[in-house]
Amino acid sequence: MFELKGKKALVTGATGGLGAEIAKALAAQGATVVISGTRVERLEALAKDIGDAAIVIPANLSDMADVDRLAADAIEKLGGIDILVNNAGVNRDTLLLRMSDDDWETVMKVNLGAAFKLSKAVMRPMMKARFGRIINITSIVGVTGNPGQANYCASKAGIIGFSKSMAQEVATRGITVNCLAPGFIESPMTASLPDAQKEKLLGAIPQGKMGLAEDVAAGVVFLASDEASYITGQTLHINGGMAMI
Amino acid sequence: MNNAGVNRDTLLLRMSDDDWETVMKVNLGAAFKLSKAVMRPMMKARFGRIINITSIVGVTGNPGQANYCASKAGIIGFSKSMAQEVATRGITVNCLAPGFIESPMTASLPDAQKEKLLGAIPQGKMGLAEDVAAGVVFLASDEASYITGQTLHINGGMAMI
Repeated sequence: MFELKGKKALVTGATGGLGAEIAKALAAQGATVVISGTRVERLEALAKDIGDAAIVIPANLSDMADVDRLAADAIEKLGGIDILVNNAGVNRDTLLLRMSDDDWETVMKVNLGAAFKLSKAVMRPMMKARFGRIINITSIVGVTGNPGQANYCASKAGIIGFSKSMAQEVATRGITVNCLAPGFIESPMTASLPDAQKEKLLGAIPQGKMGLAEDVAAGVVFLASDEASYITGQTLHINGGMAMI
Repeated sequence: MNNAGVNRDTLLLRMSDDDWETVMKVNLGAAFKLSKAVMRPMMKARFGRIINITSIVGVTGNPGQANYCASKAGIIGFSKSMAQEVATRGITVNCLAPGFIESPMTASLPDAQKEKLLGAIPQGKMGLAEDVAAGVVFLASDEASYITGQTLHINGGMAMI
């Protein structure tokens, strides 16, 4: 079950811990995966780790011309596309009172704009193949909100609305569009949090622990699988019970 | 896997106490008792998966199913409470909400009614029992250990929650 043999995937933000784990998990199920991100060395190291199933295409998703190029290159090198994982995301956390237009626009451009352009680009080949899986990584805070992240939360809530619209537009074509909303996941960033802040966060999670990138990657594999074909327009929350939606 | 469920569909105006109580007893009461009974062995083993089959109508509502919808919404609330009580013990509790699934019951619907229902599903088709079963397998797996208190909707886009 949940095999992805012969499937062709594109994962953005693959230099991050989450993206790397998603790429590995898709490859482990048999998919060929284009891994994309800004840091070429990290991508090369990940490709080495994954082996033959990985194709490196660096891209800067805050540059919209680069987004177009990534989509075209990925589809060409893969010879089609079955699975798109819009995982890349940035944050510019600050209270709204202090949030600059640039803080807003940067987050919107990468988190929402790039997902829009990539999703649009893969739509035609997916429709032709009468198969597609678009999986957008949103966040628990896109549903709950979070002080200091007005821009980030807007972008993550936005991607949920975007996904639901798109899901309806392509529902009869064998394409599903879903979101995956991680809660508090272990990463270099969370490891560097002060203990007091970490304790407070853990106190808000019924399971009392952070999730792992693997927990999220398993959800992506499930949603990408043939077996999940009747699931569309939904958001899968992987958060140890931090928010029960 | 609390999957058993019954319905006694009728408009609320005509719904008898028995219609209400039968549905509540099987759909909610049995799930309560079974979940409670498995809790201790699961806690001892520090592993457990409780998966409750709810329904799309537990979230959207449906005329003629006030009792059924109440029981299916109830199981979602029940699951969330239980999920929080056992979260640190390796036990996850989730719901799975099917939409319109092919069955002998749906096969016998009049064509006009079927058309109308299909028109409300973006994918334009009914789901299969297999679609739901795959979701159960996923939620039951080790890999789904960080998912708890959630509802997985398998409905072809009929309701996007």
